[in-house]
Amino acid sequence: MKDNMEGRKLVDQMDVKFQTRDVQVYYGDTHAIKDVNVDILDKTVTAFIGPSGCGKSTFLRSLNRMNDTIPIARVEGKILLDGEDIYDPKVDPVQLRAKVGMVFQKPNPFPKSIYDNIAYGPRIHGLARNKAELDDIVEHSLRRGALWDEVKDRLQEPGTGLSGGQQQRLCIARAVATEPEVLLMDEPCSALDPIATAQVEELIDELKQNFSVVIVTHSMQQAARVSQKTAFFHLGNLVEYGDTDQIFTNPVDPRTESYITGRIG
Amino acid sequence: MTDATHGTAEPAEPRRRKASLYASDAHTRRRNAAEKRFRAYGIAAIAIGLFFLLVLLVTIVRNGTPAFTQTFVTIEVALPADKLDKSGNRDIEEMKKVSTFGYAPLVDDALAEALAQAGIETPFANAKDLRQIVSASVAAQVRDAVLADPALVGTSHEFRLLAASRVDGYMKGRVTRESVARDKNISAEHLDIVDQMIAAGLVERRFNPGFVFGADASESRPESAGIGVSMLGSFFMMLVVLALALPIGVAASIYLEEFATQNRFTDLIEVNISNLAAVPSIVFGILGLAVFIQFAHLPSSAPIVGGLVLTLMTLPTIIISTRASLKAVPPSIREAALGVGASKMQTVFHHVLPLAMPGILTGTIIGLAQALGETAPLLLIGMVGFIASNAPASFADGFLAPNSAMPAQIYEWAKRADPAYYERAWGGIIILLVFLMVMNIIAIILRRRFERRW
Repeated sequence: MKDNMEGRKLVDQMDVKFQTRDVQVYYGDTHAIKDVNVDILDKTVTAFIGPSGCGKSTFLRSLNRMNDTIPIARVEGKILLDGEDIYDPKVDPVQLRAKVGMVFQKPNPFPKSIYDNIAYGPRIHGLARNKAELDDIVEHSLRRGALWDEVKDRLQEPGTGLSGGQQQRLCIARAVATEPEVLLMDEPCSALDPIATAQVEELIDELKQNFSVVIVTHSMQQAARVSQKTAFFHLGNLVEYGDTDQIFTNPVDPRTESYITGRIG
Repeated sequence: MTDATHGTAEPAEPRRRKASLYASDAHTRRRNAAEKRFRAYGIAAIAIGLFFLLVLLVTIVRNGTPAFTQTFVTIEVALPADKLDKSGNRDIEEMKKVSTFGYAPLVDDALAEALAQAGIETPFANAKDLRQIVSASVAAQVRDAVLADPALVGTSHEFRLLAASRVDGYMKGRVTRESVARDKNISAEHLDIVDQMIAAGLVERRFNPGFVFGADASESRPESAGIGVSMLGSFFMMLVVLALALPIGVAASIYLEEFATQNRFTDLIEVNISNLAAVPSIVFGILGLAVFIQFAHLPSSAPIVGGLVLTLMTLPTIIISTRASLKAVPPSIREAALGVGASKMQTVFHHVLPLAMPGILTGTIIGLAQALGETAPLLLIGMVGFIASNAPASFADGFLAPNSAMPAQIYEWAKRADPAYYERAWGGIIILLVFLMVMNIIAIILRRRFERRW
């Protein structure tokens, strides 16, 4: 916890996107997340690593209130997005999720056309005034998702017909189509083969120019490759948070070191 | 079994390893035999099922198809103006004063005349005695034709008249000369005449549209009874069920499945819905009688009441199948929609519901098919018996005028004493089964059409 506080002091307050203070998450009686304090920076890729069941996905899902859909889940503490408490009763989770997009572990395109997959978010948020604008958004988003060249000739074909890696990039494009500020990714490559993984990682690297990206991953190599900041979770605690280079080369906490060197996890 | 391997524990292992792959050992043989036995049981079970299905189908078709044909007597009937239109000015109101009693002798005379022309001798001195060959409804048939076209008066017109049900039964083998001996409705002499009329081409058996489209008839005239009007009764009931059960059922399921928080109250509702599906339909019948007829004073025997009762009965079926198909939609789709900022309701209506549609439609159609074949509750709200002798006059009448329904009509026919009605009950069952089959085919087509992979 001490290191965590120190790390925070180094951060320029202007660049902080998410600030969490003493966050607790409970599933019924299970205390899944304990006292997590972390500052997530803008235009940075932050990786959450840790063994299975350590709570990193749970914590990620509390950042855009996806945990609200689980009746027994309960979140305490403060999570501030640009200084605003996202669990404030005045906050509509729907509005929050438009600002904080999410990409899931398994590619989950809608069983609709590629075009409609991308256009759905902008449509429900009223981001386009007419068809031409919507077309622009779709093209722009697919370009950002590094998928445009592969699908531009078959936008009306079902998104479910794409390959796994393409589907995941479609989901990323769908998430960026609503112009979010933060992109949460829950093990986005765990269902992909190495080539598709490399493509998605490259894409993540590009996305950080416009978004704050938070990625949960099981692969330490991936965390090392794509992230600038890394948070190590263990048994619901945030053990260590800092620059990725420092975490992987010179971890402060012995637990982090054990995990990185493969002795726990 | 264990003895064989463990008795000589040491040498057992190597011996087994050395055994040839071509020779199967005892253990494998036993396993294979067990599998073969199980397959045989399965095939036997399917064969038994198929056998009974076949017996059922053959019985239904054999007993039911005769109902679709009917024996007709085709004769020329003279329509003298002095008897049918005394004033001579073809005024319909005036002509209506001549009742069927005025027409019956004309048919008798026509029969006698036709026999004479065909050279058939009759043992009856009086033409009136020939009347038993044709249906009691023929006088009304002739009268209706004359009132519909007054120009017929004064001419001779060829009519295809329904034969009496005994004559029809004789043609179909239901009535024999032995049974006629104890029958007051017809005598052996009549059958002799019928035999000669067949030879002369005056009597023939042909398809009877009246059975499919007509109304029920009184107990003594099975030959003119049809299922058409009760088919309309069923149709209007199904409209009520569809209009009420589908929206209520789907709305309830969506709320329970997607919105309601899991607590004791919703658990209780869930258990009760499942229990409701198991409530005997006759209970819904008496509930309908008490609530809709005695309390709300809706007309008894009306399809709207039947539809309401069947709605109650169908709701649990629709709710259960709708919830099952909503549950079958993968949660990843909901997460995807919520993740791009869709509201709960947008998630449900844009993504979950379309994917659950095939299941919902199938459940609804199966619920409707169940309701279509339901008889017991209809007995209690008075939708059984000789109720409607005409098709409903208007759309509103379809809901409000007393009517029967197909299964109740079949029950009513099966209950009547005359074996001619027994045959019609089987025929009605064929029609009912055709409807159910069509509905099931529609369900399959809809499921295929709306099914989407994800």
